[in-house]
Amino acid sequence: MDIELITNILYATIRTGTPLLLVALGEIICEKSGILNLGQEGMMLLGAVAGFIAMYHSDSFLIGFGAAALTGVLISLAFAFIALHLNASQVAAGLALTILATGLSAFIGADYEGKTVTALPALTIDGLAAIPVIGKALFAQDAIVYLSWVLVILAYLFFKHHRAGLAVRAVGENPSVASNLGLPVMSIRYLAVMFGGALAGIAGAYLSLAYTPLWTENMTAGRGWIALALVVFASWRVERVMLGAYLFGFASLMHLVAQGLGLSVDGNLLAMMPYLATLAVLIILSRDPQKLRLFEPMSLAKPWHKGH
Amino acid sequence: MIRLEARVQHSTVWGYSSPLLAVLLTLLTGYILFAALGQSPSEALYTFFIAPIADWYGISELLVKTIPILLCAYGLALCFRASVWNIGAEGQLLMGGVAASAVATLFVHSDSIWAMPLTLLAGIAGGIGWAALAAFMKLRLNTNEILVTIMMNYIALNILLWAVHGPLKDPDGFNFPESALFGDSTLLPVLFADTRLHLGLVFCAIAMALSWLFISKSFLGFQTQVLGQDRSAAKMAGFNQTKLVTLVLLVCGALAGLAGAGEVAGPIGQLVPQISPGYGYAAIIVAFLGRLHPVGITLAGLLMGLIYMGGEMAQIELGLPNAITGIFQGLMLFFLLSCDVLIRYRVRFKRFDKSNSADNTSSSLAPQAQE
Repeated sequence: MDIELITNILYATIRTGTPLLLVALGEIICEKSGILNLGQEGMMLLGAVAGFIAMYHSDSFLIGFGAAALTGVLISLAFAFIALHLNASQVAAGLALTILATGLSAFIGADYEGKTVTALPALTIDGLAAIPVIGKALFAQDAIVYLSWVLVILAYLFFKHHRAGLAVRAVGENPSVASNLGLPVMSIRYLAVMFGGALAGIAGAYLSLAYTPLWTENMTAGRGWIALALVVFASWRVERVMLGAYLFGFASLMHLVAQGLGLSVDGNLLAMMPYLATLAVLIILSRDPQKLRLFEPMSLAKPWHKGH
Repeated sequence: MIRLEARVQHSTVWGYSSPLLAVLLTLLTGYILFAALGQSPSEALYTFFIAPIADWYGISELLVKTIPILLCAYGLALCFRASVWNIGAEGQLLMGGVAASAVATLFVHSDSIWAMPLTLLAGIAGGIGWAALAAFMKLRLNTNEILVTIMMNYIALNILLWAVHGPLKDPDGFNFPESALFGDSTLLPVLFADTRLHLGLVFCAIAMALSWLFISKSFLGFQTQVLGQDRSAAKMAGFNQTKLVTLVLLVCGALAGLAGAGEVAGPIGQLVPQISPGYGYAAIIVAFLGRLHPVGITLAGLLMGLIYMGGEMAQIELGLPNAITGIFQGLMLFFLLSCDVLIRYRVRFKRFDKSNSADNTSSSLAPQAQE
């Protein structure tokens, strides 16, 4: 493998990992508040199609990503309503969200199938981007990649040092105690779900506006589900989700790696790699149930209502 | 003010009524949706739900669509009864289709009486194998079955694509990604002349009867039920959890695999990339809508088959995207989960009362438990 190929693989690893990082980050905050939202895949798809349509007609990336985030928030409210207010099983509600949103995205996007837009341009920092091997990966990315880094840092600080972060964790560990302490459990959980929706929407739009600037049905190809596994992988820690997302980005680039090593493997078998990697990661991490439970928010996916 | 009040006992009436209400709300939403799309809503609903089954051929086609959904849903219902969140019927169906096709392509030019049974058995084995992997990962490796089965659905789809582009591709097929057409000896016999309604319907009826017997009459079914409702009670009673979970997963895998085999050796007649328009996922909705009961599932499955047909009809007649099927599916599950609140809560309409405002202001809609 030559230097240029390694440089490009690193660059592509970050780009491939970015949508995973964004969704997983949103889901971590959601799960920290005790809510398991399995609707990430559907919200990503809706974000991808909404962002694409908005961009297609406005030619503005700000409007594109804004529309995607807003769509994510709105559809996540539907989930929040049946999961939080009507106390439906969060697992079932999340699946319902994915099924509904997948159908909606295909329906809304039917007229845009296969159309393209200009891709989100890179914001290259000239001097630094010239650094061999890592320069391109770190300093020649687009705005959303940089945004994802800022969000990781903010989320880290939020949970480590901010009272509000503590409140989210308290609500996720024990909502009854948190409620008795005067924390608005419902509001915090709503906000956490909405935040997850916004990030899933942006992540979807990253696919349709930056990664492959076009819309096709089901273009997320399971990334929302992989992100859910990443949250387990990261044991609900922000800094580890970043590592996980990029590891997965790398695993999805096996065709580039294989090409660099001069191997020829069937494309469909290579396309399985991210899913196989997810399975492998789940298996490795789940060996020790005690350890897993140690990190998981205590009340995750458990219905709760005031006065119980 | 609308207030939810916890019921002392779950409402049986709403247990049965909430699926009906959900279907009604879905139809109502469909009515509004069609109006918003500039269609005449009543005509559109007619095109969607009545026109497809206006004649005997339409009804036979409805049954053809419903067969794979039902086979998957009976199996899924067993899993869900045991609180095993198997989302993998789709993958198990696809693997059944691939395994069945691998055997069927051996018999293309043979008129052996074993061709059809072996093809079906291969399909069942494919589904069981795929489900067994999920069972192993859940029980031995302690992984979350939701994520595992979903990942396995994607892997199965890639195996299917690999198979139709590679080992099972028809050498005389002008490079299309599809297998050779199956020989007549492999195809499932058609039950009624001039229709595509095949032997799978009989398998469906048997599966329904057996799953009803299992749930209602067998001790294993009772154990499954207990396991699903109270894991610690099942443990106390000494039920073998590993055995039960494995059993429900393998039964589901077998049925889904049979569904896959029935598709390739039935209406399709060869292996193609699109052997399932998401039957395995639709079956999840069907299982819930049918209240995990074989009879309820059968009714819900027919409705789901009709939604698939209506989607195709709406595409042809009204020029709407076929994806409208997915919207109806999603809406139905959404409404069902929402309506199910009525099983556990009583809705109280109350005039806003100042003396009550203190405990109502915090969250007027939030369920207030009073136990």
